[in-house]
Amino acid sequence: MKVFTFAASAAILAWASAAQAQTTLTMWYHGAGNEVESKIINQIIADFNASQSEWKVELQSFPQAAYNDSVVAGALAGNLPDILDVDGPVMPNWAWAGYMQPLTIDESKIADFLPGTKGVWNGQLYSIGLWDAAVALVTRQSYLDELGLRTPTLEQPWTKDEFMAALDAAKASGKFEYAFDPGMAWTGEWYPYAFSPFLQSFGGDIVDRSTYKTAEGALNGDAAMAFGEWWQGLFTNGYAPATQDPADRDGGFAAGKYAFSWNGNWAALNTLQQFPDTVFLPAPDFGNGPKIGAASWQFGVSARSQHPEGAAAFIEFALQDQYLADFSNGIGLIPPTPTAAAMTEHYKPGGAMAGFFELSAQQALVRPVTPGYVVQAKVFEKALADIANGADVADTLDAAADEITADIEKNGGYGH
Amino acid sequence: MASKFTVSNRTGWLMAGPAILLIAGFVILPFFLAIGLSFSNQRLVSPNPTEFVGLSNYRQLLDLATLRLEPLRDEAGQVVMADGGPQYPAVRSLTRNNPDRPDLAGMREWFSFSTGGESRTVVLARDVVFMKAIVNTFIFVIVVAPVQAGLALCLALLINQRLRGINIFRAIYFMPVVVSIVVVSLLWRLIYDGQSGLLNNLLDAISFGMIPPVNWLGNPSTALGAIMAMSIWQAVGFHMVIWLSGLQTISPTLYEAAAIEGASKWQVFRYVTWPGLRNTAVLVLIVITMQAFGLFAQIDVMTNGGPLDSTQTIVFQAIERGYGKQDISGGSAISVILFVIVLSISLTQRWLTREKP
Amino acid sequence: MAVISSDNRGLRLAVRYAVLILIALIFVFPLVFMVMSSLKPSQQLLQDSANLRAFLPVGDISLNNYFAAFQRAPVATFVFNSVLVTGVTVLFSLLVCSAAGFAFVFVKWKGRETLLAILLATLILPFETIAIPMLLMVAHLPWLGVDGLTWGWLNSYRVQIIPFIADGLTVFLFVQYFKDLPGELIEAARVEGASWGQIYRKIVMPLSGPILATAAILKFLVMYNQYLWPLMVTQEEGYRPVMVGLQYFFQLNVAWGEVMAYLSLITVPVLAFYLYLQRAFIASIASTGVKG
Repeated sequence: MKVFTFAASAAILAWASAAQAQTTLTMWYHGAGNEVESKIINQIIADFNASQSEWKVELQSFPQAAYNDSVVAGALAGNLPDILDVDGPVMPNWAWAGYMQPLTIDESKIADFLPGTKGVWNGQLYSIGLWDAAVALVTRQSYLDELGLRTPTLEQPWTKDEFMAALDAAKASGKFEYAFDPGMAWTGEWYPYAFSPFLQSFGGDIVDRSTYKTAEGALNGDAAMAFGEWWQGLFTNGYAPATQDPADRDGGFAAGKYAFSWNGNWAALNTLQQFPDTVFLPAPDFGNGPKIGAASWQFGVSARSQHPEGAAAFIEFALQDQYLADFSNGIGLIPPTPTAAAMTEHYKPGGAMAGFFELSAQQALVRPVTPGYVVQAKVFEKALADIANGADVADTLDAAADEITADIEKNGGYGH
Repeated sequence: MASKFTVSNRTGWLMAGPAILLIAGFVILPFFLAIGLSFSNQRLVSPNPTEFVGLSNYRQLLDLATLRLEPLRDEAGQVVMADGGPQYPAVRSLTRNNPDRPDLAGMREWFSFSTGGESRTVVLARDVVFMKAIVNTFIFVIVVAPVQAGLALCLALLINQRLRGINIFRAIYFMPVVVSIVVVSLLWRLIYDGQSGLLNNLLDAISFGMIPPVNWLGNPSTALGAIMAMSIWQAVGFHMVIWLSGLQTISPTLYEAAAIEGASKWQVFRYVTWPGLRNTAVLVLIVITMQAFGLFAQIDVMTNGGPLDSTQTIVFQAIERGYGKQDISGGSAISVILFVIVLSISLTQRWLTREKP
Repeated sequence: MAVISSDNRGLRLAVRYAVLILIALIFVFPLVFMVMSSLKPSQQLLQDSANLRAFLPVGDISLNNYFAAFQRAPVATFVFNSVLVTGVTVLFSLLVCSAAGFAFVFVKWKGRETLLAILLATLILPFETIAIPMLLMVAHLPWLGVDGLTWGWLNSYRVQIIPFIADGLTVFLFVQYFKDLPGELIEAARVEGASWGQIYRKIVMPLSGPILATAAILKFLVMYNQYLWPLMVTQEEGYRPVMVGLQYFFQLNVAWGEVMAYLSLITVPVLAFYLYLQRAFIASIASTGVKG
């Protein structure tokens, strides 16, 4: 019922303010179907519309899985809104293609934001996130105790050997269907987001970030080969399932099927409810420091907007600590500033998920900042799935590197 | 006679006109645009100007080459043996950065065979995944079309009898058809689950544990079969209905005559039912073939083309490329190739089933 | 079957029913699974999915998933949109395509052979492969509506309906069926001076019950399951159909119980439509006696 009364009041507000001569700004958002998220974004819009008389923001929500396709179709058909919501790693693609324009907001307002929340391309800020997301190795304290494992810390994460010993211990205990659940059921962006940091920790990468012109050496060099062999071993040695049902991904850890689950902070609240002794461990260090992926959804201004100053005003308005804390409390996301974090239930110092904030601050690495990332992510995903299913590591990584390099050439270097 | 002919001309155009116009505008015209795209380097998302690139997209997809591999020899000139066979150099060592054969750059091994003696011939493809997609699609069509059509006919004959409550069965057999294929694929993904899926538990129960659990969708040798079985299960009810409507057009007097002459059930089917289903059979086969060539949703939901490309299909590749990898010109080229393949098959099919004078 | 003596009718009947029921079980089990799951909390649903409990309404049974589904998404709007778009398309499609089929089979006119061949070739094209050119096209088409001449068809019902009214497959269905109808009947009517319109309405259509039903079902299924196209052409929630709505339920933590409830809900209109058309089949079975 709360939602209904809220929607009604928002509608009345919107109607009342429409009476004055305001300029309407349209906005697209990926949160359709997520009640809590919709409620918060609607609240921000209602507050913004009431706070001044020049602009009025109107929201159109899309289901997340269909959002990118909707924006691309909208752009092709010449129908984009003023304010766009964009997934961090996709932003350079849209900026390069001319869907977005640089975002001009007061630098000081975002000075203490987590680095992963700032969408920078070609030296200019295009988008800014109201939260970040992070991945951790999820397990239970009771499992660690039973298996006799050291609890890794940010200062002293598990090494590769320690991690593999932990998996061995879990496997040997015979208590679990699989020792490790990397989340193979979540096909799509999860693969590059969650697994490319392993590769980076080994010393490789999806593409050579010094030039962004080639993947040769980065995706098929010695470090990448070591990563590939290790990755394949996870599956061939029975530590992890190479194919997984989506239902197992969502409910497997809670059902006790896995000892360790590589999962995002958005799933953490549910897990905590199921097992109060859930712990979120930092990523293992495979040689080049522990790494996790950064950058989540961010706000930016569409290139077609006639009123970029209005759009920027709204985005700046939305960056208030209160809203950042609301999103965090509502859907478990990581607040982008320490001050907002202090206002939240789970991320305040000593909170159950405070570790995630530190993970984001210290280990997070954004995915390759290039318009070609959209294609590179697909190639990387397929290569990892193939290797997990037993494909020859060297062949697969060479072919993936070749495909990425060829794609960059075909696109005239993607503006780099 | 002349006047009658012109009247017919006008009527023909008048009655077929709306359909022709709509199809011309919303199918043929966009397809011609797609053909145009397939000769360009157009991207889905890009600021770069579109250029004409000729057949480059087609070459990228269809290029093949062969390579002769000689076994590795040690310093003494002896063939290096491993796993009971001679060792060969890695194909990629010959295709990548090979100054002698720059034309092979970017090509990968599709399959290889022994050519007598110790050497092997390797068939290279510029796009191995697409080659596998073509093969898988053909396997799918060749298995699914006859099996599905045959089963559907059996079902249609089965429920074309006068029995109390037969309508309930008619409705039930049709039920999987009314559920969207996306939904069906989601359900079957749970059923096929490799560890604790319903199917594995069922097999375990009826075999008293003799049959070990199979990772249906995770095993390259069972994945395509699992998808075929599910596809047949899902759509067979629809073709049953088409057969049924064909059965309705056969005059009951023919059956009565056959009964009077004391024909056996098989004779009735062979000499009364089957000849009356000629046009229906053509229809069913063509519809199934078209649908089978369009195999996409099941793949998208259940396997994403894996494991190890064992379920890649032509349309899945077209969409993966055109939308996923934003290469709309490459995706268009795949559609054109598919069009040419299916057109030649349907022309052959029509020629084979043509009405003999 | 051979062991059963032909005069033992009761046993024969029992065997027939046994076969029918066995086959029915094969076809119905995933749907029972879907409906039963929609009544269970997600956690229990996943645990039950591995055994026979999946088919039984056991454990914590409630309609909560249905309430939650309505809370999460405007389900009624989605179903209404889909039913409207699908219904209108099916209706026009039957009219336009049956007329075309009639013209191709019974009327002699210049160009019909060539056009028929071209039409048949089009049914090979998977829609996805022409979607992008079509999007660019409809984004710039004119429309004469209540507010005068406007450009662009995005965010409307017409953009979901008009491109799908005519298709090669439906025309082909009619063509193949009409070929089986007794041609003498039509020739006789022509000789007696009946107009083409009269023949179409009074003779051919009344004989076409089964094929009208088949074509209607096929079109209904295609339209009701549309996903990619409405996604591309409707940015406003008010125009979205059911399959786009399904995506509302695939959040990062999938609520499987709600997914099953939503799937059960959106399957109802299709099932109802089929059951309604089944009566058309039965009617036509009855009429074939007269026809013969």
